Amino acid sequence: MIALIDYGAGNLTSVRKALAAIGAAVWTPTVPGELARAHGIIVPGVGHFDATRALGDEWRQAIRVSIDDETPLLGICVGLQWLFEGSTEAPGVDGFGAFKGTCFNFSEYVSRPLKVPHVGWNSLSMPRSSRLMAGIAEGTQVYFTHSYAAPVIDETVALCDYGVPFSAAVEHGHISAVQFHPEKSGDAGLQVLHNWIRTV
Amino acid sequence: MLSKRIIACLDVRDGKVVKGINFEGLRDAGDPAALARRYNTEGIDELVILDVTATMESRQARAHTIAAVAREIFLPLAVGGGIRSEEDAAAAIEAGADKVSLNTAALNQPELITTLAHRYGSQAVVIAIDAKREADRYAVYVRSGQSGTTRDAVEWAREATNRGAGEILLTSIDRDGTKSGFDCEMTAAVSDAVNIPVIASGGAGTFEHFADVFTSGRADAALAASIFHFNEKSVSELKRFLHARGIPVRI
Repeated sequence: MIALIDYGAGNLTSVRKALAAIGAAVWTPTVPGELARAHGIIVPGVGHFDATRALGDEWRQAIRVSIDDETPLLGICVGLQWLFEGSTEAPGVDGFGAFKGTCFNFSEYVSRPLKVPHVGWNSLSMPRSSRLMAGIAEGTQVYFTHSYAAPVIDETVALCDYGVPFSAAVEHGHISAVQFHPEKSGDAGLQVLHNWIRTV
Repeated sequence: MLSKRIIACLDVRDGKVVKGINFEGLRDAGDPAALARRYNTEGIDELVILDVTATMESRQARAHTIAAVAREIFLPLAVGGGIRSEEDAAAAIEAGADKVSLNTAALNQPELITTLAHRYGSQAVVIAIDAKREADRYAVYVRSGQSGTTRDAVEWAREATNRGAGEILLTSIDRDGTKSGFDCEMTAAVSDAVNIPVIASGGAGTFEHFADVFTSGRADAALAASIFHFNEKSVSELKRFLHARGIPVRI
C-alpha cells in the first residue's frame, strides 16, 4: 500500500487516478503513525510552500523513520521542493532537508518573453541514468506548473531549463522527487510513476 | 524550451459535445470521453470542458462528464461554464478537473478568484474573458457573449492576475466559430499586460492562424474546438506544421 500524504495543499484526485491506472493501491493516512505500514510514501502538493508547515514534527519524524527503514518516498511538485532545505517562497518554513539547496523564484532569473509561472510542456535532459527516469528519452516533454524551482545538484537525474536550469527530478537512494506532474504528463508521466512503483 | 500548447475545447451540453457559430445554433459532435481519447492519441496538450448551457445542467451532471473524461486521459483538464461559487469549483475539482475556468462569476464576485487561488493554488484558477472589439476598447461580455459590461479586457485581465488568477483564456466573440483567424492584436494586448499565460481562443480555421497567434499574438497556448471535432484538421498535423515553422511544440 502507498501512503499518499494529504496535508491540504491542493487536490489529490489526479494523483490518485493515475496511481489507480497503473494498478497501485493507495490510501491517505490520517495520523503519522499509519506510515509504519506504508510500502511507499508520496508527498504531493501544489500551491504555496507555506502549506508544508502542516507537515509538522510528528509527520517529519514518521517520514524519517520510514526512510531509515528503506521505504521509498516520492515527492511531487511542492513535494519535491519540500525535500530541499527550504524555499524563498516561505523563508520561515524549513524543508525536510533530504537534498541540499534552497528553492528560488523564476522571477529572479527570468525576463520577458518568459512568464512566471512556468506553465506547460517542457523538455527534459538526463545528466545520468536513474531508476526513476528509466526509459524516458532525452528531450521528452512533461507538464509543469510552478513559480518556484529547486537548483541543480549532484542528485539531479532530470533537468529542465526555463531561463535558468533547475531540477526536474532528483534521486538519492530511496528518496526521489519530480517537479513536473507525472499524473498530467501523458504516457511519459505514467512511465515515471510506474518506475517508482517498481521500487516499492 | 517551453512548448506552445494546443488545447482542445469540448463544448458540452447535456453530456454531449456541441459547437456553435457565434455561440448560437449548437451542433452535435459526439461523446466527450470518446473525443478526449482521440485527442490524447493525436497529441493534444490539454483539454477544456466548457459546459455551454450550464444553467440547464446540474452540478452533478457536470461532475459526471468531468469524471468520464478524466478517467480517459492523463493530461491537464480545465472545466468552465456554470462555476459560480466555491462549491461549484470544489465539485468540479473533486470530479477530476485540474483547473476551473471562471467567467461571469469572476466579474460579479472578483474575490472568488482569491478564495480559489488560496484553496487550490493559482494554477487551478483560469479566468475566461469573452471580448468584442468596440470603438476604443476590447469590451468584455458575459453570459455566453449575450450581455455587455463596462469592463475592458486588458484592464480586467490585469486585475484578475493581481487577484490570483493563474491563466487567462481570452475568446474573441467577433471571431468565434468564423474560422477567419484569431484576433492577434487583442491577444497580444492582453498577453503584454500580464505575466501569466494567455490562451487564445476564437477564430481558428487554418494552421497558419495558429502560427500567427503564437508569433504576432504572443499567445502561450491556443484553443480550438470545431476545427478538430469534425476531423477537418488533426492535432498531429498542426503540430508538425508549427514545428516546421520553428514554433516549439510537443511532438
